[in-house]
Amino acid sequence: MTSKRPNGPIAAAILSAAIACFTLGLTTIASDKNKAINKLMNFYPPSGALTGETTIAILVWLAAWIILARVWRNTSRALTPINITSFTLLVLGLLLTFPPFIDAL
Amino acid sequence: MQLTVREFLTALHGILFGGFFLMAIFGLVVEFIRSRHTAQPESLTPRGRTLEAWFLILMATLGWLAVFTGTYIIYPWYRAKPPANTSDLTAYPRTLLLSHANTAAWHNLGMEWKEHIAFFAPIAITMLAFVLIRHRAALRESAQLRRSIFAFALLALISCGIAAGFGAMINKAAPVIGGQTITLMRNTQ
Repeated sequence: MTSKRPNGPIAAAILSAAIACFTLGLTTIASDKNKAINKLMNFYPPSGALTGETTIAILVWLAAWIILARVWRNTSRALTPINITSFTLLVLGLLLTFPPFIDAL
Repeated sequence: MQLTVREFLTALHGILFGGFFLMAIFGLVVEFIRSRHTAQPESLTPRGRTLEAWFLILMATLGWLAVFTGTYIIYPWYRAKPPANTSDLTAYPRTLLLSHANTAAWHNLGMEWKEHIAFFAPIAITMLAFVLIRHRAALRESAQLRRSIFAFALLALISCGIAAGFGAMINKAAPVIGGQTITLMRNTQ
């Protein structure tokens, strides 16, 4: 669907937020399953690996947002694939941060 | 009426930042639902738009303050390791919860989930604030975009609700305590 106003910047914001949630899921599970990664994620020792996991997710989010917003500036995107991708990334992000799911892997 | 510095900062994190953030998200979700059922699209005055923008910015700021104070101030107190041969674990909430089979799940499920999922909410709300402030006109033209944005508002509400709910219950089971005592009021009778 093409709207009168370019929807590229909104699509970029939506997709990058979903990428951030998925990245947090990835860093969480990687840190939980691998001691070396857990050590690498320990940006602030009093809080442990949580600081690295969340900082990386935030940095990936901002980088993805800046890049996508630049690439999709003044354009309109087909929203259905973006919504499906975003929804999938959100569900995966939720699953990968859910402790019983992490323990089951 | 006294409380310790750690209790005060935990209350600030949970009630002022987290609690108000959760209420603001709930308000936003209600507003989204209401706007889907209005007969005619409403348009705000310039003053109304400015106030709405400030509300959204404040909401996102509260979310980030909640997760950052939680991660960098409260969490180190929560997960501090007790010295060897310590029998009184009240100042070490994580160890205290894990020391009993009946309370271990507050940490293993509650805290482990809450500390991560909490971040979903400010990310989603920051994105929402940006879209609602900068691209409201484009949003008005596309029902599909509005549905996507609404889904993120629901995600923020659920993730913040889980984080706040577990936070409150964990702090009830094993409160973060210690530090200097602050006297808010003395009994004058």
